[in-house]
Amino acid sequence: MNEASSYFEKKSDVILGKLLKEVENQTANSIEILRESSARKGTAHIVGITGPPGSGKSTLVNKLCKTLAKSGIEIGIVAVDPTSPFTKGALLGDRTRMQELSGLSNVFIKSLATRGNLGGLAPTTADIVQVLDAYGKELIIIETVGVGQIEFDVLEIADTVVLVNVPGLGDSLQTLKAGIMEIADIYVVNQADRPGADESVRDLKMMVREKLQENWEQPVLKTIATNNEGMIELIDQIQRHKEFLLHSNRWDEKRKTRNLTRLNHLMIQSLNNEVDSYIRRKQGIQIKIQQVKEGKLDPYTLSDHIVEQLIKKHGGM
Amino acid sequence: MQIKVVMAKLGLDIHWRGALVVSRMLRDEGMEVVYLGNQFPEQIVEAAIQEGADVIGLSTLGGNHLTLGPKVVKLAREKGVDALVIMGGVIPEDDIPLLKEAGIAEVFGPETKVESIATFIREHVGKTIG
Repeated sequence: MNEASSYFEKKSDVILGKLLKEVENQTANSIEILRESSARKGTAHIVGITGPPGSGKSTLVNKLCKTLAKSGIEIGIVAVDPTSPFTKGALLGDRTRMQELSGLSNVFIKSLATRGNLGGLAPTTADIVQVLDAYGKELIIIETVGVGQIEFDVLEIADTVVLVNVPGLGDSLQTLKAGIMEIADIYVVNQADRPGADESVRDLKMMVREKLQENWEQPVLKTIATNNEGMIELIDQIQRHKEFLLHSNRWDEKRKTRNLTRLNHLMIQSLNNEVDSYIRRKQGIQIKIQQVKEGKLDPYTLSDHIVEQLIKKHGGM
Repeated sequence: MQIKVVMAKLGLDIHWRGALVVSRMLRDEGMEVVYLGNQFPEQIVEAAIQEGADVIGLSTLGGNHLTLGPKVVKLAREKGVDALVIMGGVIPEDDIPLLKEAGIAEVFGPETKVESIATFIREHVGKTIG
């Protein structure tokens, strides 16, 4: 696709949809699109919305973006839902909760399935975000799958992470556990009209006090997304966090770290592909793999052997 | 490549079971189904554009199939969306030729087996119809 660059000039939803489809399916064309978008990366504020299933993430995104869209800013939403481990199929239902956003010309929604990824996002999420960024979106919202305790891939991609909790997800000990509870820049207790909301807020505030980020005290907000309550406050805090990032240099730091992370991911991916195609071609190795499968050969020896052979093939270290 | 389906209940149709059952069964056939709930043609085509849909599935029981169904195809083609448009629900036999003429690739009645919908999709995705 030599015309990749011209596609980025045109700014049409139809073309953007086609570019994202190539990237989502990791087609041969997608490399060219990603190369082009990498050079064009813009200044989008990338906000991750995460939290347990049913906590109201999609509804929150719907209300949030409905208000934000009024200012005319270009918004991209990436909504991730799980892929079945058995059939590889997926039912992506986030759009049903975002019906109020359909028809808004400055909101673009892309649904992704996790396709085997375990970190709460789809394998191509970072790529999709990059293309949206390059396409001139000013705010990109990533809605993760419903998460448990350790799915925090979103941390690598987002500038600002919002954790959406609901009342009654356990006692104060739960908020003290390592993992997902630590990663947010903004904490939200949604469905705050349900019993236990004040206790959840209290527990979160206590945790935040002990885990203060440098120069940023993570706010704890109460929202009732279905009634549009607390949205303005949430938007304020998201904006405030952006300012904080910009003024404290973290904005740039995060982008630099992200560039390196992408390089690492790409190298590992290329190596994986290289190893796969190498062992598929070698009958001798196939026999040894069978021996490992039967338990007659240990995997450590074979793994070392394959890597050694591969390095030798490429002219040594 | 994974097949992506955008599934919608057409217009103000209030039924839900059929569209959801078919969505779930296509999911079990290994497809990715973006479920929209109730939508009008403009929003359905908008979603198909954004999602890069290979298939647009329309569910209708309310008698709006002849007006809204062809409108989806027309809007989609105008925007350069070549997705396969299929329809399911309660649709009088006599109307089916009219729908096909308008570019609906296939119409599935209440007795349809899901495998036949999945098979039809697999056989026709990628070939522009209408």
